[in-house]
Amino acid sequence: MSITTSIATSIVRPDKRSLELIGFALVAALILVVLPLALDIFRLNLVGKYLTYAFVAVGLVLCWGHTGILSLGQGVFFGLGGYCMAAFLKLEASSVANTKIQSTPGIPDFMDWNQITELPFFWIPFKSLPLALIAVIVVPAVLAFILGAAMFKRRVGGVYFAIITQALAAVMTILIVGRQGYTGGINGITDLRTLWGRDIRPDGAKYVLYFICCFLLLGTMFVARFVAASKLGRILVATRDKEDRVRFSGYDVANFKIFVFCLAAAMAAVGGAMFALQVGFMSPSFVGIVPSIEMVIFCAVGGRHSIVGAVVGTLVVNWGKTLFSESFPELWLFAMGGLFIAVVLAFPRGLAGLVTDQLIPRLASLRGVGRRQPSPAPAE
Amino acid sequence: MANSTDFLLALENVSVSFDGFKAVNALNLYIDKGELRVIIGPNGAGKTTVLDLICGRTRVSDGSIKFKDQEITGRKEQEIVRLGIGRKFQTPTIYEDLTVFENLELSLPRGRTVTGALFWKRTDEVARRVRDIAAMIFLEEQLDRSAETLSHGQKQWLEIGMLLIQDPELLMLDEPVAGMSVAERGKTAELLREIIKNRSVIVIEHDMKFVESIAHRVTVLHQGQVLAEGDMQSVQANPKVKEVYLGH
Repeated sequence: MSITTSIATSIVRPDKRSLELIGFALVAALILVVLPLALDIFRLNLVGKYLTYAFVAVGLVLCWGHTGILSLGQGVFFGLGGYCMAAFLKLEASSVANTKIQSTPGIPDFMDWNQITELPFFWIPFKSLPLALIAVIVVPAVLAFILGAAMFKRRVGGVYFAIITQALAAVMTILIVGRQGYTGGINGITDLRTLWGRDIRPDGAKYVLYFICCFLLLGTMFVARFVAASKLGRILVATRDKEDRVRFSGYDVANFKIFVFCLAAAMAAVGGAMFALQVGFMSPSFVGIVPSIEMVIFCAVGGRHSIVGAVVGTLVVNWGKTLFSESFPELWLFAMGGLFIAVVLAFPRGLAGLVTDQLIPRLASLRGVGRRQPSPAPAE
Repeated sequence: MANSTDFLLALENVSVSFDGFKAVNALNLYIDKGELRVIIGPNGAGKTTVLDLICGRTRVSDGSIKFKDQEITGRKEQEIVRLGIGRKFQTPTIYEDLTVFENLELSLPRGRTVTGALFWKRTDEVARRVRDIAAMIFLEEQLDRSAETLSHGQKQWLEIGMLLIQDPELLMLDEPVAGMSVAERGKTAELLREIIKNRSVIVIEHDMKFVESIAHRVTVLHQGQVLAEGDMQSVQANPKVKEVYLGH
């Protein structure tokens, strides 16, 4: 009797771990099977673009949800990853044959327009794909390390840290826009064509890139899960709740914060690189304050404590954005602001919280009622 | 060595001022190995500040603090912890979102680096150590419970357990029985008598009955200085102490 009850409750009310795995499986089925079958390549490519933001949201779950470090500058790391990828693609597209009408053939077009006659030294590594791929991860991670070490070792946290990351996002945008000859300026790096000789623009290539993006995202989710489930993950939660106690248990709290901040930056950067590949350009409009805050909203709507929630939240908000802005483009920003306020006030644990706190207990009590109903009768 | 002492902990001429206010003023305090010292004193006497100074949470303005003959002023909190000093806060400071087991496991002095924590394995030995400590602090039945569901007294015990598992040579407890029922106080006194066997303990306490039941030596602080020191009877008989504290 008690065994059947416990089996019943474990089906109705699965523990956290199996619930998470079910969530992972549902996300995988959705992005790998359902969406590719249901959508044409134009829409699927849009989904692929949304999924690149999900990398950022997963990083924010670790950094913000678990550790309590709110970064309003994740766009910087997304952007750096994207720019590193775009730099390689741009150099490949700027072969001497392709650019023979320029005054200096063989360099990217925007450099030529800005009277630059030689490839700047920091562009040279991006001639090589392996080096560019390493840079995608390493450049943002190093920046995050420098910022993190400077802030966390001095015990700067909370709102002050959020403001500094936001300032970083502003600085980065100004830098990119201002140094037009090196970065492509406000237009960004455009007209990306091939990856190692294969055209990235036709439908077939878009399908391939979409699936690469999906697998990388699933991999990122598993890395995030591994970290969250380790003792390190519990230290992160402990740091969020009682930082002093962690320090007085002999841990160097700053090192753990730096680690998770760098990890979140690296995840965002992979997303940025996949963005450049799938969308075919990279521009400062994905680096600044507004996109950085949007990424936080994706994570908040999905549920900042849940890896699966963050991915679903990103998809839902972006889907809403596309639908909404097709009909009422000027209203979208208000709608998103309203959504954010609603989420914070009404369900701070986001969509994931709705599922674990509302939906599943309700299902459980429905079944529970069904199970218990016969018992009062004999009692009477 | 010329300047060596037998004391486990020696505070000499320690002062700290906050915006000109001297919270601790030229304080001398010596703790022996294996001693249980109780610090009492009226509110604002600087009791908690003294613990903050020892564990590195507050920087001393002047003076020296030596632990096992090593100068520890200016060291980081986690370094002082690793030398063997554990600190319990006034309000129970535990990880509410984790289970009792996880609270104790995190406090075990192993796997304290980033990689050590990332690839941490919960071995049988770790589980056994956690269970042993849980049994000492009367929480062996509560290991899988989330710490936020514990009663106030149980939270106090859990924090003491989190220190015990570090096996510190010096344990500092800030009002360990605050908010406890009479029965819980009795059990806590029993626990303290058990844990003092292998280490030195500094306790800050207001509850005189509790102090009488545990103390070896009592230090009375007043306005950041030692007003009196000695066993319970002599301190209670001291007219200065009666005037500032016990008489009220």
